Amino acid sequence: MDVETHPATNPPQRDPSSRPIPIILQYPSTTPPYLITQGAEALLYRSTYLLPSLQCALKYRPSKPYRHPILDARLTKHRILSEARVLAKCRREGVPVPAVYALDEAAGWLMIEWIEGEVVRVKLNEWLKRRKEEGVMEGQDDGELVGLMGRVGGAVGRMHAVGVVHGDLTTSNLMLRPRKGEENGDAVEGKMLDGEVVLIDFGLSSQSTFDEDRAVDLYVLERAFGSTHPRAESLFKEVLSAYGKSFKGASVVLKKLEDVRMRGRKRSMLG
Amino acid sequence: MIAIGLEGSANKLGVGIISHPSPGKPAQVLSNVRHTFNAPPGEGFLPKDTAKHHRSWFIQLVKQAMREAGVKIGDIDCVCYTKGPGMGAPLQSVAVGARMLSLLWGKELVGVNHCVGHIEMGREITGAENPVVLYVSGGNTQVIAYAEQRYRIFGEALDIAVGNCLDRFARTLEISNDPAPGYNIEQLAKSGKVLLDLPYAVKGMDCSFAGILSSIDLLAAELKANPEWKDPLTGEAITTADLCFSLQETIYAMLVEITERAMAHVGSNQVLIVGGVGCNERLQEMMGLMARDRGGSVFATDERFCIDNGIMIAEAGLKAFETGFRTPLEESTCTQRFRTDEVFVKWRN
Repeated sequence: MDVETHPATNPPQRDPSSRPIPIILQYPSTTPPYLITQGAEALLYRSTYLLPSLQCALKYRPSKPYRHPILDARLTKHRILSEARVLAKCRREGVPVPAVYALDEAAGWLMIEWIEGEVVRVKLNEWLKRRKEEGVMEGQDDGELVGLMGRVGGAVGRMHAVGVVHGDLTTSNLMLRPRKGEENGDAVEGKMLDGEVVLIDFGLSSQSTFDEDRAVDLYVLERAFGSTHPRAESLFKEVLSAYGKSFKGASVVLKKLEDVRMRGRKRSMLG
Repeated sequence: MIAIGLEGSANKLGVGIISHPSPGKPAQVLSNVRHTFNAPPGEGFLPKDTAKHHRSWFIQLVKQAMREAGVKIGDIDCVCYTKGPGMGAPLQSVAVGARMLSLLWGKELVGVNHCVGHIEMGREITGAENPVVLYVSGGNTQVIAYAEQRYRIFGEALDIAVGNCLDRFARTLEISNDPAPGYNIEQLAKSGKVLLDLPYAVKGMDCSFAGILSSIDLLAAELKANPEWKDPLTGEAITTADLCFSLQETIYAMLVEITERAMAHVGSNQVLIVGGVGCNERLQEMMGLMARDRGGSVFATDERFCIDNGIMIAEAGLKAFETGFRTPLEESTCTQRFRTDEVFVKWRN
């Protein structure tokens, strides 16, 4: 579910210049901000932090005119702070996430490390498309994809191990960062899916160690894989098997996932 | 074609007659009558009493609707009734009435999903083409968008419905249920000023209201025990109106937020609000502010079509009837559980 900071498939037409720019991006010395995407909640800009050479992402939650000002301020503050806390915690424990540079919870913005590379969704679709053009059969010669699925499972497992659940795991919220020394990763023939998996967009995340919450996280990812990349769905088991080895207690979560699957999110309606 | 619609899934009994003159032309509402069973203040409506109300008013309302519409039995093409979801006993009473009319008049039956009825009527009245639908009532809270022959549920309440939360708070305050508990809360809220802290429970595109109800009930008990209670920030006295105001501001902000998420997700900038809570002017105002911010617009109807009514059942039923859908007598049951996305929407593409 691309609800936080990723573009809808067909974003409503609106003049972006009519949007207020957060004050921090209005200083004369600031690198001109570039609006990357706007979701329901937040606007994501690219700018720089401290040095003109240090790129950063700025996530801005503008106030909502429909909300009571007190409620609006309370929610914005809470969401900025909880996202920053989760990011800091992940970072401290070695989970691959963007670093927090700065924030102003009253003004509603959070400045974080700029992650190079592409989201997994784009990379995966490119790879699947290329294979189709080359006429490679499904299940044939897919070691590269298996490797990526394993890295995704490992990254999610490490995040769960430190007591964080993402709340919105999709292939749009997973980045593939090229490894050092191969910045032009794309050029390396046949290594399109190489790179480090970095988790992004913690706007719906929370701190939890419940197996239920973790299993729901996996379920959401599984559904997203199924709907976005039907041709890669059969390899989702690789994500789960890597996840199962990633931390103590992961096997209990996988067991729970079976329950969650059975239940789905379908609730029988009463009246 | 002309259809009669019979609705009685909750405490309103509604009978409506609609005409579809010819394909492409707007539908004509020939009559739309309703009678509401109101429980005394401090109580909710019980299934048994509500079913009794529906049984005793059924014939009178059908006669009135026929008279107002000026149609003869021979003009009617089908009898549409609410199959579900809703309260069991009231649904059964109306289903029995529908079967009776079908046998008596020799007309085909069409069982209609109540939620689809709301959506189709809202679309027909407002002319909204392909909106994201917020369906909010005493029994349902759903954010819906149409895709591939089904109304798909993107977000919903995880526990009680938003209208149920309002109804039960009205019971706590022991305010009148006439014309509707939510309406009386809305009127009280107009004079409220102090915003009290309540939980805010949005999870992705879903939301939850049970915790908010518990909190506001606790605040009401506190106010009852201490009528001199003052807001620590401004020193202003806190009143029942402030409680209603705080409740409305919080739960409607949640509804607008999940609707906005769904709009961003499906890339639509139209919203249609249907269901009894959809009459609330503050909700409509907040939704309008959100939609304007997204360069879109909000569609809403008034109490004739928002609150449960017979005409919406006739509208959705007739649309299904025109595509060949029939409910044979032996299958003309009703069900308390009937999800919006279970209905195959053959009349749209």
